Amino acid sequence: MMELVCPAGTPAALRTAVEAGAHAVYCGFADETNARNFPGLNFSRAEMAEGVAHAHARGAKVLVAINTFPRAGDADLWHRAIDDAAGAGADAVILADMGLLDYARRAQPQLRRHLSVQAAASNADAINFYAREFGVKRVVLPRVLTVAEIDEINREITVETEAFVFGGLCVMAEGRCSLSSWTTGLSPNMNGVCSPASHVSYETTPEGQDARLGGVLIHRTPAGGPAPYPTICKGAFTSPDGAGGRQTGHIFEDPVSLDATFLIPMLQKAGVRALKIEGRQRSRAYVAQVVRTFRAAVEAADRGAEMPVGALAKLTEGQASTTGSYAKIWR
Amino acid sequence: MASRSPLLAALMRLPPPAPVLMAGSHLLTRLGRKMAGRHPGMIARLGPEAGKRLLLDATDLPALILLQAEPLSLRLFPRRAAAPPSDAQITGNLAAFLAMLHGESDGDALFFSGELSISGDTSAVLALRNALDDAEIDLAAEFAALFRAPETVVRRLAVVAGPRLGLSLTRMEALP
Repeated sequence: MMELVCPAGTPAALRTAVEAGAHAVYCGFADETNARNFPGLNFSRAEMAEGVAHAHARGAKVLVAINTFPRAGDADLWHRAIDDAAGAGADAVILADMGLLDYARRAQPQLRRHLSVQAAASNADAINFYAREFGVKRVVLPRVLTVAEIDEINREITVETEAFVFGGLCVMAEGRCSLSSWTTGLSPNMNGVCSPASHVSYETTPEGQDARLGGVLIHRTPAGGPAPYPTICKGAFTSPDGAGGRQTGHIFEDPVSLDATFLIPMLQKAGVRALKIEGRQRSRAYVAQVVRTFRAAVEAADRGAEMPVGALAKLTEGQASTTGSYAKIWR
Repeated sequence: MASRSPLLAALMRLPPPAPVLMAGSHLLTRLGRKMAGRHPGMIARLGPEAGKRLLLDATDLPALILLQAEPLSLRLFPRRAAAPPSDAQITGNLAAFLAMLHGESDGDALFFSGELSISGDTSAVLALRNALDDAEIDLAAEFAALFRAPETVVRRLAVVAGPRLGLSLTRMEALP
């Protein structure tokens, strides 16, 4: 059976994920070493150790995401995170930075290393490089590949692959986005915050709600209408329409979430070892529902049964879902 | 969840007199302090956001709730007067607030669907949402602890009354 890797932003969410059927839970420390560095979220050192013990007692693994990029000459915080993940008994660390991969290999050689999606290793040569040089055992695939491309890559590598199947989508090549940094001065890839809450503001107007990031108006939601996350890539902007008028629309990406449920059997056939659910910033209500649904789907795929479809629409951004790049079509 | 009874909805629309607001504020603050004592990690998780004032606007209640975690207070204000100063405001119906508190609804999903809206200091709102979610609050159990009533009985009452009122009054996932 494929391994189901589930998000946990808090200890309660970790317990919920394990209860709902997660084979593995990924989480991070409460600082800028992980890419979900939001207020009130993440784990203290003590909470991580308790979380690992809780998961292990119930047969689940814990993977610690240390997937941001340290500043040159200032990597102590990240090194400590790797050492503390090992000390907590984590089953693996999820890393993106080559310096951290090198540190983990030397300082904690027994600790399994997974390559984060933030590293954007999207071809066999890149993956083989990380496997050869840093002993990476699993690669989280960027959300830019078709199922056929994943199949081809898996034939040319020896390490495991993990593919996202549900949750928020990033329009940019993974880990290579500067939109939020440009507006806020804080980087998703270095500070762990895409659209940091400290720079997001909402204002209710007679027409609905305005969302601003760093003072820039990025979306205007009509009253009662579906709202997206306050990211620039999901924003709606007004521009000249080329015919003397003006048009308003999504320039980068529509606010939709990934849902690749019905592609699970094909991903399994393509040799994908693990399926990942996005959403460490979400509540335990989300975790419970999504993990339960995907555990049933993974078990169904294993039996050769049909995939349940459309069960999670209410939880998706923009109340809409897509298969993203997995099944590319012209539009 | 069942829809709210017309009688309850009518009662909710009545403007509450000042003594009721004062007594309600006192009760809610005592409840909040009891909860903070029973879930010490909750206030710690708020971090630097603990001192912020959040205005909870349950649109079908006749009063607004101003919440501050440090020092802990929950105060009621009449809806028809000018809103008290706050750092952030969360607006939605009571059912949405309670479902979120009890881990039945996801805050982001309520936001995506327009059932919940926020304004002001987004950090304070996120921190509160995450702290409450991690604390696994059960309102019925908290009231039972406050009044030293048997928790099993209070929760059983909440299970019966909740669907009739169209509200989540206890944490269903934790029921034996």
